[in-house]
Amino acid sequence: MTVTSVDKDVDRLTLTLTADFTASVERVWRLWADPRLLERWWGPPSYPATFEEYDLTPGGGMKYYMTGPEGEKYGGWWRVSSVAPPTALEFTDGFSDQEGKPNPEMPTTSVRMTLTALEGGTRMELRSVFDTREQMEQLAEMGMVEGMSQAVGQMDALVAG
Amino acid sequence: MVVDGIDETGGTDETVDRLFHALADATRRDILRRCVRGELSVSRLAAAYPMSFAAVQKHVTVLERAGLVTKERRGREQLVRTDPDAVGRARQTLDELETAWRARVDRMSGLLTEDAAGTGDSGAPAHDENTDENPDENTDENPDENTTEGPDR
Repeated sequence: MTVTSVDKDVDRLTLTLTADFTASVERVWRLWADPRLLERWWGPPSYPATFEEYDLTPGGGMKYYMTGPEGEKYGGWWRVSSVAPPTALEFTDGFSDQEGKPNPEMPTTSVRMTLTALEGGTRMELRSVFDTREQMEQLAEMGMVEGMSQAVGQMDALVAG
Repeated sequence: MVVDGIDETGGTDETVDRLFHALADATRRDILRRCVRGELSVSRLAAAYPMSFAAVQKHVTVLERAGLVTKERRGREQLVRTDPDAVGRARQTLDELETAWRARVDRMSGLLTEDAAGTGDSGAPAHDENTDENPDENTDENPDENTTEGPDR
């Protein structure tokens, strides 16, 4: 069992997730710190990510895109706020426009990741926060959230019932 | 591989219980009605009832837990809004984010296993593996791209 706990705080727009790996801290860190490895897990298999720019230093940034099954491209960026190899990383993740420039009208999330050594492995703690409720709403409205209408329907049923 | 035991809604019975509990109180129903017309601060609401600020705040918390209102801090004020759909969407967006991260963790786990089976703990994995994932990748749409990352916002 890799993911050991998940906490979702709707009020704070925060997802906190803990995962345990049977690998050293250094090896888990490399999955983040090596862009070629990062590309192999950041995007889903049907939307693989390609990092065109990668600068893992405070104030540095990444530029990437994900390629869909029809060849369509979705750009994204990271801005690194702090990095402490091989245990901690904080960055903001956002969307880019067609030219690969950060799109300020699109939602951003702040991600904080820490690694700690466990007996025989590594614990990864990850916190992802939507920067504003409006942005989270926007993401929902963009239809990026599968099953959204279904959930709203459930909510309506609860209110009615 | 999907980890089992994804608790999707945190228990439906519990959700319904919270909802009924929230709606069972006259003050809370009144707070809901007031907030339907737009957001109100907790202090504004408190002034409308013969009870303490803390008591009103407790009612708001019950409503909030039931997913019937949202509370947002703006400056010193706490604004209350009736918007169950918004809360439903927020929850759903977090669910989606959770699904995305679980999938990422699974892929990370897979890579670590693969890496351990192959080269052990040292050396970068073979780079030729991911060249065939995007055969059309070399279109190089932005060769003149020299924008710097991270606008100061």
